[in-house]
Amino acid sequence: MKVSILQFPGTNCEYDTQHAFESLGATTEIVWHKTESIPEDTNLLVVAGGFSYGDYLRSGAIAKFSPVMKAVIEYANNGGKVLGICNGFQVLTEAGLLPGALKRNEHLHFISKHHTLKVINNDNVFLEKLDKETVLNIPIAHHDGNYYIDQDGLEDLYANNQILLTYSDKNGNVLNPNGSVDSIAGVCNKEKNVFGLMPHPERAMDLLLGSDDGIKMLEGFLSA
Amino acid sequence: MKAIVNVSLKAGVLDSQGKAVHHALNSLHFKNVSDVRVGKQIVLQLDTTDEVKAREDVTKMCEEILANTVIEDYEIELIK
Repeated sequence: MKVSILQFPGTNCEYDTQHAFESLGATTEIVWHKTESIPEDTNLLVVAGGFSYGDYLRSGAIAKFSPVMKAVIEYANNGGKVLGICNGFQVLTEAGLLPGALKRNEHLHFISKHHTLKVINNDNVFLEKLDKETVLNIPIAHHDGNYYIDQDGLEDLYANNQILLTYSDKNGNVLNPNGSVDSIAGVCNKEKNVFGLMPHPERAMDLLLGSDDGIKMLEGFLSA
Repeated sequence: MKAIVNVSLKAGVLDSQGKAVHHALNSLHFKNVSDVRVGKQIVLQLDTTDEVKAREDVTKMCEEILANTVIEDYEIELIK
């Protein structure tokens, strides 16, 4: 299994992501944003977290014009599996690969803490190994994680089972840290081969660091 | 020619920064403010004197990068 991980100026989670996937047996490659193609043997393409282009203008807004993004869009349109974590989620919404947008957190704070999430839909290649309603303890670290989509878009998300994760308390009840519409933490596209989430599963790989629930998620991303 | 682009969150999209500023103004006893919206201004120096062409170009810039039209509106002002 080959995982290719995008690196823009300002990306800072690419090595954590690499370490996490390699600990599960995957081979990985970091792909610099000026590269105009994706490694041919890629099984999973990850847009890693960080602050691409310093979040100038809007989070993810400038990264979408990087040379590599044309190949990313082509890869996704051909059915390739693409995962965007945190800033990667923002880049994928800006690039139009995922619906909606990420706004400034409702209370304007940068939030960095462990948060529980609930699996909402698992009829997709990313979360099919997890039962619905499963609660996972995964860190969040973002300033612009307030997911917005208009009413029509939201109805589409529900109709197509595109909401994969919501923020919850440890019993699975709604607990919304950042003002996201319907407490949404992660969505996929209609075709279900592109998935973006604000939380960082690659930071929850060891109990010593507070949680190893990220292993369950990342194993799922690798097996499909 | 100069183009001034004002980008702000769409009506109906909650503006948390505007709310915080509104709250601060009320705390400072400016009680006659009923709403605050915070946006950003982008000033572009253009190498053209053709107003129609300038507006066309800047509109394209707004649609492609300067604004995220999922959540934001933009206004363009041209100054000769």
